Amino acid sequence: MLLKDEVEMLRRVPLFSGVAPAKLKLLAFTSERVSYKSGQILFNQGDPADAAYVILSGAADILADSPSGEIKVAEIEHDSIVGEIAILCDVSRTATVKANSPLEALRISKDHFIKLLSDYPEMTIEIMRVLADRLSHTTTELSEARSKQKQHAAK
Amino acid sequence: MEKSLTRYIWSNTRLQQIWILIVVAVSMVPYFLSFDLPKQIVNGPIQGTGFESPGATQTFMRIRFNIPYMGEVTFFNGLELTRFEMLMALSLVFLLLVIINGLFKLYINTYKGRLGERMLRRIRFELIDRVLRFPPSQFKRVKSAEIATMIKDEVEPMGGFTGDAFVQPALLGGQALTALVFIIMQNFWLGMIAAAIVAIQGVIIPRMRKRLLELGRQRQLTARELSGRVGEIVEGIGAIHGNDTSNYERADIASRLGLIFSIRYDLYQWKFLVKFINNFLAQVTPFLFYSVGGVLALQGRLDIGQLVAVINAYKDLPGPLKELIDWDQARQDVQVKYAQVVEQFNVDRLVDPKIQALAPAATNRLEHSLHAVNLTVSDDSGAPLLNHISVEIKPSETVAIIGNSGSGAEALAEAFARLVWPDQGRITIDGADLLELPESVTGRRIAYAASDTYFFHGTLRDNLLYGLKHAPLTKIEYEGAQAVKYKWNLNEARRAGNPELDLNSDWVDYTSAGVTGPDDLFKVVRPVLDAVMISQDIQDMALRSLVNTATHSDLTDRIVELREALRKRLKKEDLDDLVVPFKLKEYNPQATIGENLLFGTMKRPMMTNRKLAAHPYFRSVLRENDLYIDLYLMGLEIASNAVELFQDLPPDHPFFQQLTFMTADDIPAYQILLQKLQGRGIEAASPEERSNIIRLSFSYIEPRHRFGLLNDELMAKIVDARARFHQNLPDDLKGVIERYDPKKFISSATLLDNVLFGRIGFAQADGSDKLRDIMRDIFNKLELFESVLSIGLDFDVGSGGKRLTNVQRQKLNVARALLKRSDYLIFNRPLPALDQRVQDKITHNIMENLHEEGHSPSIIWVLSNTGLAKLFDRVVVFDNGALVEDGTHATLLQKNGVFKQLAS
Repeated sequence: MLLKDEVEMLRRVPLFSGVAPAKLKLLAFTSERVSYKSGQILFNQGDPADAAYVILSGAADILADSPSGEIKVAEIEHDSIVGEIAILCDVSRTATVKANSPLEALRISKDHFIKLLSDYPEMTIEIMRVLADRLSHTTTELSEARSKQKQHAAK
Repeated sequence: MEKSLTRYIWSNTRLQQIWILIVVAVSMVPYFLSFDLPKQIVNGPIQGTGFESPGATQTFMRIRFNIPYMGEVTFFNGLELTRFEMLMALSLVFLLLVIINGLFKLYINTYKGRLGERMLRRIRFELIDRVLRFPPSQFKRVKSAEIATMIKDEVEPMGGFTGDAFVQPALLGGQALTALVFIIMQNFWLGMIAAAIVAIQGVIIPRMRKRLLELGRQRQLTARELSGRVGEIVEGIGAIHGNDTSNYERADIASRLGLIFSIRYDLYQWKFLVKFINNFLAQVTPFLFYSVGGVLALQGRLDIGQLVAVINAYKDLPGPLKELIDWDQARQDVQVKYAQVVEQFNVDRLVDPKIQALAPAATNRLEHSLHAVNLTVSDDSGAPLLNHISVEIKPSETVAIIGNSGSGAEALAEAFARLVWPDQGRITIDGADLLELPESVTGRRIAYAASDTYFFHGTLRDNLLYGLKHAPLTKIEYEGAQAVKYKWNLNEARRAGNPELDLNSDWVDYTSAGVTGPDDLFKVVRPVLDAVMISQDIQDMALRSLVNTATHSDLTDRIVELREALRKRLKKEDLDDLVVPFKLKEYNPQATIGENLLFGTMKRPMMTNRKLAAHPYFRSVLRENDLYIDLYLMGLEIASNAVELFQDLPPDHPFFQQLTFMTADDIPAYQILLQKLQGRGIEAASPEERSNIIRLSFSYIEPRHRFGLLNDELMAKIVDARARFHQNLPDDLKGVIERYDPKKFISSATLLDNVLFGRIGFAQADGSDKLRDIMRDIFNKLELFESVLSIGLDFDVGSGGKRLTNVQRQKLNVARALLKRSDYLIFNRPLPALDQRVQDKITHNIMENLHEEGHSPSIIWVLSNTGLAKLFDRVVVFDNGALVEDGTHATLLQKNGVFKQLAS
């Protein structure tokens, strides 16, 4: 796959849709192109976070440890980014990501990602938007779950 | 050490000094004969005295002596020679005397020089010997660079002085005295005048020189301090950069240099003032002769012939006198230097030489307990670190010492290792004081490792086995010229008071390490390296290094087998796309275009990219098929891509790390090049511009850079060029380019490249980590891991081991202590640079595996992690310099004491 194809794919990732193609090309060039086999681990829960991954093709499971063993939290598909939260707030990986099909990804190292954000405010705003979106989503889910719990208790 | 240099020289070179005095005395005979001869030649054959009548002859070389009681004895009747023959004969005698005088001079100077060099060698050795015997506390006070300057520079003039120490004053003094006596004989009062002036010179000049000597002493001290400061700057460069204090250091150095300058300038002024006065006094004497002598002559009290004779004789006085005074100055100068140096090396409580005596035989095991009796240790400020501690460590007992830092736990370990000497009390083994035991016992039967490590410049192997090098164990038989040289070396060493130990001998004490020789050394080295978890690092070092095919043929001969095993293994694990192998007929997409063209490695530094690119043969290969045009166009594309991507970025942007084929500074230059050349043919570019463009294509790797510039046709062209390149490779390139050959070990490529014989795919996630594990496994299966370790042990650790990481150094430090197989192993928080988890693992490894293995030493471990105490037979707890608890892990846990607090 060539740089320009990668740029096309990056443009389809919502996070990068607002970024100029020239910048995306630079991002693609400075990132590492990695391929995984089905079942291979991108990163493990608890690892120190050093990079974010843009899935170019294939899909991966997001797994989290729980008292009852590992559970699948979500699945991600191509055109999505994974692992960006941990590098933004310097925490270790909050979940394990495992390819469930042959997977191609761009590995953006932490330093490069941070540098990109500081160089391109539009990307930062986009990231904020995505994160805020997720937060409001989570908040809604949480309040729903709480009210359900209350109802449950009331009964 | 002897405080007076003269006495030191005399006591060490007495016989030689007497010999050289005798030789000098004998050399005076031809010297004075040669004075008389010219007169004879001129008066005799030239002016004709004695040859008045034609055909007259004279006797030449009649040797006849008047011997008491025997009358006149004639040894040689002599030859009757004519005037011409006589001239020739006397001239030849003159020539002969010149040669003899020259030979005497040659012999005397060489002899004195050799004497001086031996003396220098002796002094230097003696000083270093003293450094080796300094008590530990001394090293807190001295700077290493200062000691080095003292040994290297400050004693140097002593060598030169040694040869002249006694000969010079005897010779010059004799000459001066003769001249003086001669003057006195001519005229008593004029003689007295000369003697008085000499006496004034002898009194005033040394007085004035006192100040010179004082200045000389200051010069020496300031210069020594300067080198100490330079040493500090080099060692503390990190602290200087980290604190932005480089200008403070500059100021300090400048002020020191200023001080040195003022001292030296002062010295310079005084020196010439003294010289002036000296010369003046010397010239005053003839003035007195002329004036006083002249008056006396006018008054008729002195006859003119006497006056002329006195003035003539006086000519011979100032020369030797001046040299004598110079000699005296040199003597005092050297004496001051010597005294300065000796003062620094005369240290109290120097280790007795007996304690460090050479002991080639194996030392017996220590089968008695290590007792600390009423031990008190203080730090330099006098604060007590240990307060009247008594403790006994039994052989084979494992003891954990617990305590916060400053509790005294570390001080006890250091005292056991003889690194600090007790203020009161002592440490004994079987009643003998530890400090009085020879180092051949303590240095072999007790091993110590703490967090501060020291590695000597050399290979990893040298450093790992350092703890086993106690004495030369093999006797090397030298043959032929080497035997002569060796004998000469020994002789010289003896004469300069140096030891006669052969450094080339094998010093490694294999037996005490538990093996028979160098061949089965890995039997013990490997478990130790595994235990401290460094074998992986050493494998990595081996993989990254070039292999000496002569010394490691056990591995290099099996390279084909290794490569095959790796391929098979990768296939089995379904990882065959991890490594793209080199194939002669195929393009390797994971390698650069340059690598694909060359299909081999260059022997650096004889061959470099630049040299190859300029080579006519290489150029001719590229020119065929117009490959260079393809590469040129490709280079232009790469340049335009790079410029497009990077032109807006500031030069220090981290993204530039990814730009492997140019630097940030190159971007503007290529931008200009592109404007000029884009859209125009290759003809538009100058040769230099062409090579700048083509160069870019050589570093291109399609899967990595992904510009889409490589197609099948171009790849085929490159493979074709490769074949042509290697087909008619000229001889000068053959020697410096090694072609990739699947059947051969490539000596100019790293071990990793040799085993892989290909390139790791860029897109492979965690490719190198996976390969590292697989390779280790393969090395093990083929029983080559020890060879790999052996290659890794060739790694040069750099000055002070600085090419190793701190973690590696601490691990190796522990490994080195373990290899000695001592009876008492003392670990004083040896691994603080490591993660707690790894520290625990290594402690477990050592306590569980090594202790089980037959030889069971006593282990005394100052632990950082209290949790590990349960691995030990006994736990000793320190607090505030006192031993507060002592017992097994279980009993101490039950007690509600300090240990329980620390453990929780």
